Amino acid sequence: MIAGIFASSWVAGSIVAVLAGVIGFFVVLRGSVFAAHALPLGAFPAVAAARLWGLDLLATVLAFSVLGAAVVAALSRRTRRDIATALWLVLMLGAGELILSRLQGYSRAVYGLFFGQLLGVTPADLHMIAGVGAVAVVLVLIAFRPLLLSGLSADLAAVAGVPAGLLDLVFLTLVALAAAAALPAVGALLAFSLMVGPASAARMVCDRPLPGLALSVALALATVWGALLLASATGWPVGFFVGVAGLGLYVAGRLAGRGYAPLRR
Amino acid sequence: MTGAPDAALALRVEDLSVSVGGRRVLAQVSFTLAPGELCGLIGANGSGNTTLLRSLLGFVAPSGGTIRLGGDGARRLGYLPQKVSVDPFMPLRARDVVALGLDGHRLGLPLPSRQRRARVDAALAAVSAEAFADRRIGTLSGGQQQRVFIAHALVRRPQLLLLDEPLASLDPSSATEIATLLRRISRDTGIAVLMSAHEINTLVPVMDRVIYLAGGRAAAGPVAEVIRSDVLSRLYGHHIDVLDVHGRILVVPAPGAGHDHTHVTRVP
Amino acid sequence: MLGLLPVGFLDSAPVQHALVIGGFAAVVAALVGVPTLLRGQAFVTDALAHVSSAGGALAPLIGINALGGFVLMSLAAALGLEAAPPRQRAERDLQTGAVFGAGLGVAALFLYLDVTLPGGSGNAVGVLFGSVFLLGASDILPAALAGGAALALLALYLRPMLLASLDPDLAAVQGVRLRRVGLAHLAALTLAIGLAAMTVGAVLSTALLVAPAAAALVLTDRPARALMLAAGLGLAGMWGGILMAWQSYVWTAGHAWPASFCIVAVLIGLNLAATLGRGLWRLGRRGAA
Repeated sequence: MIAGIFASSWVAGSIVAVLAGVIGFFVVLRGSVFAAHALPLGAFPAVAAARLWGLDLLATVLAFSVLGAAVVAALSRRTRRDIATALWLVLMLGAGELILSRLQGYSRAVYGLFFGQLLGVTPADLHMIAGVGAVAVVLVLIAFRPLLLSGLSADLAAVAGVPAGLLDLVFLTLVALAAAAALPAVGALLAFSLMVGPASAARMVCDRPLPGLALSVALALATVWGALLLASATGWPVGFFVGVAGLGLYVAGRLAGRGYAPLRR
Repeated sequence: MTGAPDAALALRVEDLSVSVGGRRVLAQVSFTLAPGELCGLIGANGSGNTTLLRSLLGFVAPSGGTIRLGGDGARRLGYLPQKVSVDPFMPLRARDVVALGLDGHRLGLPLPSRQRRARVDAALAAVSAEAFADRRIGTLSGGQQQRVFIAHALVRRPQLLLLDEPLASLDPSSATEIATLLRRISRDTGIAVLMSAHEINTLVPVMDRVIYLAGGRAAAGPVAEVIRSDVLSRLYGHHIDVLDVHGRILVVPAPGAGHDHTHVTRVP
Repeated sequence: MLGLLPVGFLDSAPVQHALVIGGFAAVVAALVGVPTLLRGQAFVTDALAHVSSAGGALAPLIGINALGGFVLMSLAAALGLEAAPPRQRAERDLQTGAVFGAGLGVAALFLYLDVTLPGGSGNAVGVLFGSVFLLGASDILPAALAGGAALALLALYLRPMLLASLDPDLAAVQGVRLRRVGLAHLAALTLAIGLAAMTVGAVLSTALLVAPAAAALVLTDRPARALMLAAGLGLAGMWGGILMAWQSYVWTAGHAWPASFCIVAVLIGLNLAATLGRGLWRLGRRGAA
C-alpha cells in the first residue's frame, strides 16, 4: 500500500512534517500563530497564478511569500499586527479566487490548494518541497540562538544587540517558506495545523530547547504518517486526520501542562 | 561619546543632557562610579531613570555632555531591563537562559563545550541559583527569576552592570535578598553596579553612592551627603524634610510645597 | 444619482437580492466587528470564519440552509474555545489555532463527502468563496432572523463589551459578568460570520467583519461614531463591490470577476484610503503646528 503510487506522497509528507515541526516550534515559542496561519494563505494566489500563466511555481511562491512576510512586518508597525495580518489574508484569498476563477476545474483546484493533494504529489512538486524545505531548516538552525533569545524576551535580545526588526522579517519569511513548501502537498490550511499541534505539545513535555525541537519534529512525522495510513485505508482526505491530530496534540499538551498555574483562571 | 579609558573609574558622566522628542529629560547630570561600587538611582516614574540607563547603553544619543567608561576601553556592559516577563511554557531551563546571555546573539547551534558550561555554572553560582539551575524558567518565583536574569547579564563579565528597577514587583524579603546579592557581586568581582529604584530604604544598607533624580536634574554622591534636607531642597527648588523614623528615611515636602515628589514618602 | 448606475442594474432580481441581503449582512458584520477588534479578536474571527466552511459543507448533507450550517459550525468552535480559555494572549492564539486546524480538517472531510455522497452539492468554491448573486428570496427570512439576533445581542451587551475590552478587572469590579458578556459576544460574532459567509463565502467573511471596523477605529476613538462609520463603510464596500462585479462583465468582455473578490477589494481599498487619509491629515496638522 505504501509502495508505488504513495511513495512520493510519503516522501513529500515526511519532508513537510520535518519542516513544520522545526518552524512550528518557533512559531509557538514566539507566539506568531496568526502569522503562521496567514502566510500560507498568502502564497495561495501564487500557486494559482503559476498554474494559470505557466510561471515557475517555486519562484512565484517564493516571491509571494517574501512579499507577504514583508507586508505583515511593515503593516504591523502602523496598525495592530492581528488586524494587518487579517487584512492581508483576505486580500490574498480574494486575489486567489480571482485568478482561480479563470481556471478549468476551478472547484477542484480550490479544494486542492486549501486541503492538499498529498496523494497526487508530482516529481516537480517533490523537488520544490525538498529544496525550499532544506533552505528553511538550515536558516532556522543558523538563527537558532537569536530566535530563542528574542522569543524569551524582546528586551533581552535588544540588549544583546539582536536586530529585532530584521530577525522578525527573517522569521516571517521562514514561516512563509515552510508554508510554500507545504502548499502543494498538504494545502495551505493544514500546513498550519501541522505547525501548531506537535510544537505545542512538545514544549510542554520538554523543558530544553533542542530536545523540544526534536520532539516537535517526531510528533509532526507521526501525525503525517498516521494521517496518510488512515487516509489510504478510509479514502477520506488526509487533511481531516492532520487537523484532528493537531487538536488532539494541543489538548494533550494542555493536559500535560496542567500542573503549571498560568493556564488556570 | 565614549572617551578615553579612565583607569581609576568604572564610569564618569559629566554634564549629561538628554532630550527625548524635543523634551529635555536629563539636564547636566554628573557623577562617577568606581569599580566594585554599588550605586542607587532614585527617582519617581518619569524623572529620567530609564533614560539615563538607556543613554549609558548607547540606545539614546545625549544632546550634551560626556560618558566615559573605565577599564580597558572595551564597552562591556551588562543590562537588565525593567520587568522581563516570561512565557510560563517557554521550554528553557534557568541554565539555558544564562547561556543565552553568553552567546544568544551568535548564529549557529550552541555546541556544548566545557568552557561554556563552566562560565554558565560560575554565573549561576554568583547569584546562588544552583538549586534551581535545571528547572524551567517559567516555574520559578519572581525572586528566583530575577536571580537568573542577573546571571544572564553577568555571564559576559561586564565591567558595569546596569539594572532598571530590579526590585520592583518583588516581595520585601526577596527585594532585600536581591539587593544584598548585588552588593556581594560588586564587592567580590569589582563590577560597578548601577540600579534604579523608586524606593530608597531597601538600598540604603547596600549602596555606596546614590544618584537622586528630580525634574531631570541630579544630586549624586555618598548617601549621607545627598539624602539631606538642604541638598534635596536645592534639587526640588522648595523645602524638603528628610526624616529618620526608626532607621527608615522619609523624604517629605514641607506643607504647601508642590506635590510632584510625594511618591518618595511611601513607607514600605 | 440613480441615473449614474448602469442600465438594468437595479432591475435584475439577483442584484436586488444581493443589494438587500448583502447590504444587511455587511452592516451587521461591520457593527459586530467594532467590539470584536476592541477585544483584540481579529484572529478568533478569522479562525471561526474558516471553521464555518465545515458547516457550509455540512448543510447540504443534512439538508439545512447554508446559513444555518455556517452558524452551527462556528458556534460549535466558539463554544470549544470558551470551554477552557487560557489567560495569556499567546496561549489563546494557540488554542484558537488548534481548534481552527481541526475545524478545517472537518471542512475537508465534509467537502469531500459533498462530492462523493449522493445529494452532496460538490461545490467547494461555493462554500469557501460564495457568491452574493446566488442569494434568493428564500434567504431573506433566515438572514433577517440571524442578523436581528446579532443586533439584539449587540444592543444588550455593547456597553459591558466595551468596558470589558478596556479593562477586564475594572469591568469585573463594576459587576460585569465577563463570562456571560464573552458568550454573548461570541454568539453575535458567529451569527455575523454566518451572514457574511452566506454572502462572500466562509474564508472571505473575515473581510466584512475586520476591514470596515478597523478603518472606523483608525478614524475615530469614540465607540458610537466608530459603529456608525463601520456600518457605513461596510455598506459602501458591499454595494460598491456588487456594482464592480456587475461592471466587470463589461470591462473584461464577458469574464465577470467573482463578486466576492470585488467586495473584498473595495472593502480593503476603503480601509487603505481611511488609513492613508488619517496619516496625511496628521502630517498636515503637524506641518501647520
